[in-house]
Parts: sequence; C-alpha cells; structure tokens
Amino acid sequence: MIEAIIGPLVVMTGLAAVAGTLLGIASKVFYVWEDPRIAEVANVMAGANCGGCGFTGCDACAAAIVEGRAPVNACLVGGATSAEKAAAVMGMEVGAAEPLTSENTCTGGFRAPEKYYYMGVQDCRAAYMLYAGAKECGVGCLGFGSCVKACQFDALKMGPEGFPVVTVEKCVGCGACEKACPKGIMQVRTPSQRILHMNLVTDRLAPCRQTCPAEINIPKYINHIKNKEYDKAYLTVMERNPMPLSIGRVCPHPCEDACRRQLGDDPVSINQLKRFCSDWVFDNGAPVKIPVAPDTGYKVAIVGGGPSGLSAAYFLRRLGHKVTIFEWMPRLAGMIRYGIPEYRLPKAILDRDIKRILDLGGIDVKTGVKFGVDFDLGSLVGGGFDAVLFSIGAWKHASARIPEEDTVKGVVPATLFLRSQTEPGVGDPYRIGKHVGVIGGGNVAMDCLRSSVRMGAEKVYCLYRRTIAEMPANVVEIEACHHEGIEFIELCSPTKFLTDDEGNLTGIEYLKNELGEPDASGRRKPVPVEGSETVIEIDNFVLAIGQATDSSFAEIEGAAASRIETFKGSIVVDPDTHQTAIPYVFSSGDSAGPPGLLVAAIGGARRAARGIHKYLMGEDMAMPETRLRVDSRRMKGHIPGTIFDSIEGVERKGRIAQPELEPGSHERQHTYAEVDLTVTEEEALKEANRCMRCCLTCYNRDV
Amino acid sequence: MLELAIGAVLVNNILLIQYLGNCPFLGTSKKMDTAVGMAMAVVFVLAMAGIVTWIIYYVLLVPFGLEYIRTLAFILVIAALVQFVELFLKKSIPALYAGLGIFLPLITTNCAVFGVCIINIDEEFVFLKMLVSSIAYPVGFGLALILFAGLRERLIIGRVPTPMQDTAIGLVTAGFMSLSFLGFKGMI
Repeated sequence: MIEAIIGPLVVMTGLAAVAGTLLGIASKVFYVWEDPRIAEVANVMAGANCGGCGFTGCDACAAAIVEGRAPVNACLVGGATSAEKAAAVMGMEVGAAEPLTSENTCTGGFRAPEKYYYMGVQDCRAAYMLYAGAKECGVGCLGFGSCVKACQFDALKMGPEGFPVVTVEKCVGCGACEKACPKGIMQVRTPSQRILHMNLVTDRLAPCRQTCPAEINIPKYINHIKNKEYDKAYLTVMERNPMPLSIGRVCPHPCEDACRRQLGDDPVSINQLKRFCSDWVFDNGAPVKIPVAPDTGYKVAIVGGGPSGLSAAYFLRRLGHKVTIFEWMPRLAGMIRYGIPEYRLPKAILDRDIKRILDLGGIDVKTGVKFGVDFDLGSLVGGGFDAVLFSIGAWKHASARIPEEDTVKGVVPATLFLRSQTEPGVGDPYRIGKHVGVIGGGNVAMDCLRSSVRMGAEKVYCLYRRTIAEMPANVVEIEACHHEGIEFIELCSPTKFLTDDEGNLTGIEYLKNELGEPDASGRRKPVPVEGSETVIEIDNFVLAIGQATDSSFAEIEGAAASRIETFKGSIVVDPDTHQTAIPYVFSSGDSAGPPGLLVAAIGGARRAARGIHKYLMGEDMAMPETRLRVDSRRMKGHIPGTIFDSIEGVERKGRIAQPELEPGSHERQHTYAEVDLTVTEEEALKEANRCMRCCLTCYNRDV
Repeated sequence: MLELAIGAVLVNNILLIQYLGNCPFLGTSKKMDTAVGMAMAVVFVLAMAGIVTWIIYYVLLVPFGLEYIRTLAFILVIAALVQFVELFLKKSIPALYAGLGIFLPLITTNCAVFGVCIINIDEEFVFLKMLVSSIAYPVGFGLALILFAGLRERLIIGRVPTPMQDTAIGLVTAGFMSLSFLGFKGMI
C-alpha cells in the first residue's frame, strides 16, 4: 500500500528534479545577455501578447522600446500608465511621446458619384484593384470600411453618410486603419505632424480650404458649428490660426470668394462663423486644451511680437521649442494693435487671443526692446538661441512723392496717425482739424478715414488715383465709409500742398486722372490730365499708400545681420522655408515680402515655424513636390477640376447679414465702439447649414 | 508506414477529426503568417516530445509498473522540454528562435501535443512508428491550420452578419472543414 504511494512520488520527484536541474544548467549554459531593462519594460506592459503594437508579443515590443525602435507608448493596451512607467525605466521624462490619433480626411461617402457598379468582395483593398475603386473621385473613400474592421479598439465606425468616423477618445493611434486604407485617407499623426503638414495637391481639400492663406480646415469647423460643437470648431481653427477672435473680425476672407455655393446662391459667410464660434468659446469660458509636444531643448528668438511673430511663437511652442519674443513697442500684437482701430478690433478682444497663445507656457515676452539698439544677432546667439525669426512688420511709410510732404505741418503717415489713437501714451497724440484728406485705397486708408470721423472731423475726403471699383480695400469697408459720410475723390493725383505763413497745411491741389493702358498689376494705369488742377481745403493729410520694412540694421557694414539680404526693405527669404541668407535666421509676415493680409501673416508664420523646426531637428527643409500653391488674390493654382462653373441641387437661401451699429447713430459716428457685431447662435446655425461641406469634387446638395 | 502517415495527416487529423488543440486552431488562424509559424513550431515540438515521452514511458514507467501516472509525467516532461528548447534556440539558433520564439511557450502543454504522445503509447508503436506518427500528426495539424487561416483571411473581408463575426463564423467554418475531412474515412 505504502509502495503504491512512494513509487509514483519518487518517480515524479525524480523527474521534476532532473528537469529542474537540466533547465537550471541550461539557463546558465545557454545564457544570452539581455538588457535587464527589457524585462522591466515588459513587466509594466499589459502582458496580453495581443500584437496590437505590431511586434510579436510583449517581450519583442519591450526589446524594441529598449533599443529605441519603438516609442515608450508603443503598448496600446497598457496606455498612458504603461507608457509613463516604461518612460521611467528608460530614464525619459514622463509623457515624452506625443499621442497619435487617426483622422478621416474624406467626407465623400454616399454622395460621391460612382464610375461603375461594383459587385466584388466587399473590401476597399479588393475594390481598389479594379481601376482604383468605383468612386469617380480618385482620392475618395470607397466606403467598405476596411479601416473599421482593422480597428481593434472600437474607435472607428462607419458613419451615416458612408464614410468612417473616428472616436478620438478611443483611438490609440496604432495605425491599423491607415495600413488598411488603400487610398491613404485614414491618417494617423501626432499633433506636431499635423502642424507641419502643408496643403498638398494630393490632399482632399474644399475650394475654400485651398484658398485660405492659413490653410484652415473650413468645412470641418463649420460642420462642428452645425452640430453645436462650438469648442471643437474653435479648436479646429486653432490648428491653423491662433488668433481667431481677431481674424474673425478683420479678415477679408478670400475663402468666401472661392465658396462653391456662390454659383447658385450667396457664398457662405465663413468668417462670421469663425468669429461666432471663437466668441462663444471665450464668452462661455469653455475649457480648451491645446496639446504641446515635449520639450526639444531648442530655444528660438522671435524679433517682433506682431501677428506673425505671435503665431510663429504659438506653432513653435506647440512643436516643443522654447520661445522668447522681443517686442519694441510696450505691448504685443504689432500692427493689429497699433494700426487697426478700436472700432474694428477692440483691444480687449485682441488681448484674449494673445493670452491664449501665452497660456501655452514656455513663451517668454520682453517688450520695449529694439533690435539693433538693445540687442543684435550676436547677443541672441550668445544668449543661447538656436534660431532667430524676424517678424518685424512694415512700419515705414511709403512716399506719396508730393513736394515737402515731410516738412508741412499737418501731413502725417498713416502708421503714426493710427498709432496715436490706438493707445494713450504711444506715439504723439495727434490733433486733427475739421477737414481731413487721406490718400490711398487700401484698408489702412479706410481705417484712417473712419478714425477721422470718430475724432471729430466734419469733412473727410478719400483721394485715390484710380476708381472706387479698383480699390484694394474690402468692399464692406468702402460701404462703411459711405455709411459714415466720407466723400470719395476718385482719379486724382495730388501735386502740391498749400500752406499758411506758419507752414500749416491749408489745402491740397490735385490733377484729375484718366485711366490708360493696364500696368504690371493688371489694373489700368492712371494718367494725369494737364490743366485739370483742382484745390480742396484740408487741415490734415494722411499718407496711406503703402508701408515698407525698416531693415536698416542689415545695411550696417560689418554687423552680423548685414549678411541678411533685403529687397526694397523686405527681408529676402526662401518662400517655402522662410530661411534668410543666414541659415539660422528666418523671417515671416510683412517683413518677409510685400505687406499683406493678417491671415497671410499667420499662414507664413506656420511655414516659418515649419522651416525652423526642420532646421533645428536636422530634417529636410524643402517642401514636398506635391505642395499646393494657390494665389488667393488672383484665385489661381487650385487643384485642377475643383473650381466649378456651375453646381446642381442648390436652393437660393441668401447669406446672413452682418449685424452692425446703426449708421448715423452717436455710437457709430463718435465713439470707438465695435461697429460689426457677432451673429446670434440662431443665425450662425442657419449659415452653417448652408455650407455644403465640399471636398475636392463632391458636395452636399440641398435637395 | 505510409498508411500510418496518411492516416495521421488526413484520416485521423488531430484537429478536425480528433478535435484536439482547438485553442491554437482558433487563436492563431487569423493571419497566414502566424498560422505558418504555429504549424512549424508544433511539428518541431511534437517530434521532440514524442521521442522523450516514449523513452520515459518505456524506460521509466513500465519497468516500475507506474503506467497510470503517465499524464502527470508527460506534462512535466513536455513542459520542461519546451522550456529547454526555447533556451537552446535562443542561444544557438537565433534565427529559428526569432521565427518560432513566441509560439513555443504557447504550446507548452497543448492538448494536441499531449494527445499525440498518448496515442503513441496507446497504439503501442515501436520507436520508428512513433517517430512517423509524431511528425505526421503535427503535419496534419499544420495542414488544417493553414487551410483554415486561408479561409478566415477571406472571411475577414466578407459580409458577415454582426453576431456571426469573428470566432462564431470561425467555428461554423471549422465545422464544415471537419465534415469535409470526414470524407477521408475508409481510405485506409
């Protein structure tokens, strides 16, 4: 009986002992040195051997992390917890990796027309093999949901409109959907990669989005507004434009000129919608979280805290660089603070935009310091900055070529004239008389005209050498001038100032023009008519005929900055990278070319930020060959086939009106109260519903 | 011998006729790559396990009259063996380890492996026959697994009703495969 127990016991114990000993010996004999961190990293992972990371099992993934072939957040199931612990094992800072998220870039779906009837295997990759799929649009979603099936985390669903919808909260960024999509529509990217992406001809872009100089994803944010997700709409704008409150008020919106809806209705009032959602976010104090990449350790100096400098600071900071802004005026925002009058852009609103940018943290601001006086390139490099961005704007006024314009009392450049009234204590307080003349037809001239009305001038003239139809100013601004009683004198060339004995301005003499042959700008050239001298009485004359960059620091012999090339005052840069002749010096905004729109300065700031980032990280700085280059002024260069002659299925609904202060009212004529008002939520929703959410070729029809 | 081999591969297929080793059958059959890797690993491990368990049985258990503890003994031996093989491969043949590495621990005490070892004993095979059986059975395992993986790769892109997706439709498919393998009955 005892034997029956002892026998098996002995045998089993013996076997186990032998096996144990053998394994023990084997583990010594066949010992392979392995980084001890691999085991530590493997321990903090989910341990599910699920393969979601793309490696064969958790051990392989741990080995990849230790060898640097995979990021610390490679374990998708373990998520942030495991990433933090793995980062700790690797001695990295917590959260050292940026999160990847997936985004669907096609909104075609069921509305996209098909070339043929497909009856094969219900899978995008199979369908793609037959003439790249049945959809007429070459880059459109085929809609079989291969990406949805590939998603292991339930973050992708086939939406009601026939294209996949990402649940960002569930997405772990594993990239399975991107691999499953034969057309590259699903894009798994980090926030930094999205900032660095410029519009390409291969992208799926609506005409408005192609036209916007800042490349804002317009259909996406309008769709968010339609769904009453105003904070998401604001964040969508912030991906490309960090100053939506200001832009929403002053942008001449070239995007609306490209709006496809205007072929059968009025264009969508895109800019009012941007203003609405941004105002809503600030007025309601909606929490906004803007992701910032981990620190790269690089420091960038930005000379000039105007819109371009602030935007570049925003993008560079989000890319992980430390930024210091050097501003020569007492406060930030440059020309949009010291040039745009209060009634168009209230300073309190502007300050909200600036605060949002500075709230990112890691952006230092030094005001009241001027380049070339308080510091120069040498001191910046010595101060540990790895790159320098000049966004110094265009603060020098152009000459009207009228004799004695610099000496006559009462003649003033627009920049000084506007600056004196934007903020007390800045510039000289400028007193004007009863009759004011402004020369110029741009928005700056309009600002001077409308400001003069508010400063108490009884008679305000606008002098322009061509006709009103040729004025570069926004049509709404010209209309507002009419509302405010400003007189336009078209086709005139001032020739002489009339003064009293003390040299004070009393009047101006001008010649009448007629239009001749078209000049280089494509507009007909004004030619003065001999003997048509006319005199008007004025007390003040404002020169608003253009501005230039003060780049005199580049002319000083021997200074480091003298290697920067300039052309007509502007700093010469590579238009794609914004790099100057000195590799670590960049320039953006008005100082990097002819002065332009605020929205163009912001778009340029992102390109400059990209150039600086690529330069600092040692990456290829050149733009891809497929870069989309659209001329938003001449409306040229769009992706072929996306600008239609006609559209179908559009009902004429008309665009919402711009709410404004009553013309002729005391507030409108004599105070600096904001004239254009924000639309109501009801109106915004009505307007958002007019958006057809266009893509390259397909769009939503009303019927 | 040939009869034994064909019988083991087709007629008495370990997966589809004997219904052993269903967990890796369903678990590793979603992708062709993993199915092939698993099949190779099973052939490798079973050949070794067959030999070792056969020796243990006839050299150790039979002389002492302890045939009844073969289940315990076999599991212990197979587990130790797989661990040993893993260590050995890692050091000596890293390339093979990279290919089979992650599958080895998965089949440590796989019922298919164990089942073949028991069959070898129950059928009272001599050493050579045991060797043929220990290779032919896992070849049958691999055949069924790879065929099944091919079917499942097609199923992933097919239109399957939601409640039937994935494992459910996999089991139905496995059932059909099993039925078709029944057709080999009577061949030998």
